[in-house]
Amino acid sequence: MKRFSMRRLLLGAAGPATALVGAAIIIVALLLAAGHNPIDAFVAMGGALSDPSVVTSAINQTTVFYLSAVAVAIGFKMNLFNIGVDGQYRLAAMVAAAFAGMTAMSSLPGPIRIALTLLVAMAVGAIWSGIAGWLRVTRGVSEVISTIMLNSISTAIIAFLLTPDMWAVQKGYNVSTRPITAGGRAPNFDIGSGTPLFSMILLGVLVGVAYWFLLNRTVFGFSLRATGMSETAAVASGISVKKMMLYAMLLSGAVAGLVGMPELLNGSAGSYSLNFQTGIGFTGIAIALLGRNHPVGIVFAAALWSFLASSSNALQSVNIPKEMVAIMQGVIVLLVVIAYEIVRRATVVLEQRDVARQLDISTGSEIAV
Amino acid sequence: MTTGELSARLRAPAMGPKRNMPAWGWLVIIAAGLAVVSVIRMFSGATNLTSAGAVEAAIAAAVPIALAGLSGLWSERAGVVNIGLEGMMILGTFGAGWAGYQWGPWAGVFFGVVCGALGGLLMGVAAITFGVDHIIAGVAVNIVAPGITLFLSELLFTNAPGGGQRQSPPVGDVTKITVPGVSSWLGAVEDKRWFFVSDLAGIVRGMTTQLSLLSVLAAVLIAVSGFVIWRTRFGLRLRSCGEAPYAAESLGVNVIRYKYIAMTVSGSMAGLGGAFLVVGLKFQDGQTRGLGFIGLASMIFGNWRPGGLAMGAALFGYTDGVRLYDPDNMAMHAVVLLLAVAMVVVAAMQLKQGNRMVAASGLIIAMLAAWWYFSTDQVPRQLTVAAPYVITLIVMALASQRLRMPKADGLIYRKGGLE
Repeated sequence: MKRFSMRRLLLGAAGPATALVGAAIIIVALLLAAGHNPIDAFVAMGGALSDPSVVTSAINQTTVFYLSAVAVAIGFKMNLFNIGVDGQYRLAAMVAAAFAGMTAMSSLPGPIRIALTLLVAMAVGAIWSGIAGWLRVTRGVSEVISTIMLNSISTAIIAFLLTPDMWAVQKGYNVSTRPITAGGRAPNFDIGSGTPLFSMILLGVLVGVAYWFLLNRTVFGFSLRATGMSETAAVASGISVKKMMLYAMLLSGAVAGLVGMPELLNGSAGSYSLNFQTGIGFTGIAIALLGRNHPVGIVFAAALWSFLASSSNALQSVNIPKEMVAIMQGVIVLLVVIAYEIVRRATVVLEQRDVARQLDISTGSEIAV
Repeated sequence: MTTGELSARLRAPAMGPKRNMPAWGWLVIIAAGLAVVSVIRMFSGATNLTSAGAVEAAIAAAVPIALAGLSGLWSERAGVVNIGLEGMMILGTFGAGWAGYQWGPWAGVFFGVVCGALGGLLMGVAAITFGVDHIIAGVAVNIVAPGITLFLSELLFTNAPGGGQRQSPPVGDVTKITVPGVSSWLGAVEDKRWFFVSDLAGIVRGMTTQLSLLSVLAAVLIAVSGFVIWRTRFGLRLRSCGEAPYAAESLGVNVIRYKYIAMTVSGSMAGLGGAFLVVGLKFQDGQTRGLGFIGLASMIFGNWRPGGLAMGAALFGYTDGVRLYDPDNMAMHAVVLLLAVAMVVVAAMQLKQGNRMVAASGLIIAMLAAWWYFSTDQVPRQLTVAAPYVITLIVMALASQRLRMPKADGLIYRKGGLE
């Protein structure tokens, strides 16, 4: 059995490793084709990471990516594709920002204000994803389509609410919700790097641990995984698939609601404005794929993504378009999913050979894979 | 014989009661629908509901959606769920922008199609050859495509005359047809604002004025696709790959090859949709605005059929067109009332079929819409943007249980594998 697990470890590492090497080769080829020196590019990107300020902001960003990827992964675990994390977190951040910025909130103690803000964000995210879950369960509407539609609808709703007539205030050319007053924001850690470290990293850790615990140590998590692996088997063992779908969507949306919180509660603006980060939900899909929906795997994937993104500005200094990083990310995802599939097939073949050998059948070549 | 049997099996489930309706039945339904719209136009005074300008805008909005839907039709009929078509559309916009500004609009169209097809092949490699989950492969394509286009646009367009980091130089337009004489005559009828006649005149005028040749091409492609997929031997085999690939394989169909062909055509259609957005304008970053996804929704709403997807695209295109061509901001307000009336009709139909829950939900939506209409003067501009998406959601919620997708759609096929 020991040999077995060693092999599993090697095979597990083989996927991401080959994908990263493959991505590097493609990137080098692209850079050469575009007339750039690949060594300059990699030196510039590496150089950016020796700046502690860049590293700190990359860590902060990792938290944001991590939360988004966990939200996606909860759905993925039972074959639900919550493409709508993007709309869920933007709407949640906007409503939570408006809520936290209300003057009535100023009289409450700080921790309660933060907790309420987080709760509102989670509730809004869950309601928004719940619509898709409810439509899926009662009407059989594919959550892929409904969440994509809900993304666009949330964009319109935010545009509507983010006007001075509704919940926003005009500040020069920018429109934003009323900024959260000092007590309602989360503290930052000054680690002497020039950029403050977000305290919401702790929220990320908490969500990660909760996600791990939920998946591996609770009946709910077991049912979730069982439904994802085989719906018929889940039904046979008495799991209500519809209920699980709805719960998984609600949970996914609740976590999605937290995605905007580091920027809202730790960021310098303390409000939701036109400058608020968008598109994190889609990034989360890529990161969840990269991290194989695993609570720890996603950490590495989120960190990789975030460090690539923060080194992109350094590319400009050597006259390489920073969109190179977007290509790198895309190529990595594509290669990683392909590599995982190849490794999975290889594993199946090897396991079948083992079984065949144990059954004392001469070769496994006749077994269909 | 065997293919005949397969064909019978493939066609049988799709034969709903809808299929038995004669052609004049559809005409009656369309005429009745137009009459309702006409009544609402007269009641609300929102002439833009059926003005030629709105119809022109609606066609321009519907064509890329229809082409995206067609892209989805080709791939999904061969069993590949294609949410990557948004990315292929983006590749198409780039190809059209790059070739279009240098060698004219038709070269742009051609290269848009080629770039889209390359995107389709890329997804094919992941989804067909390597057996990656189709939705995951599609998401990956949707991530790669904008990255590549932005990189290339910065590389190729920054120093081009009139171009920029995120946009190409302007691209010329293809020929636009205006039927001589008819247009002005119909315009006179339209201005009379008669019941029904003026609405019909407005719609016909919209369809015969400044009609892009690409729109005509799109309509032809929908018809041709329908014929090829449902009326030829090739199409039968292609559909068999989407319904029962292992059965098809046992009959000697090269399933992998058919799936690749389908993905190439699918990518081309999406690329053409992208090119449509660019021609007469220019390539811009973020130009597709999720139209690919709406196209996919319209194809699902159309029950994986060309006629249905055209109807779906027309519905979403119409809502978008009315919104875009709405100078007095009244038409979208009237659309809310239209929604209320449509919901009452749907509720009545559902009640007849015994679906009480659906009928009740329809009535609730109708009441909310009616209340919204009568208690406000106009719909805020920011919210009208959401109209096509909201309508998609409502339509899907009411219709989705009658839909039937290809049986092996989205399943991983492996040659010689087990079902």
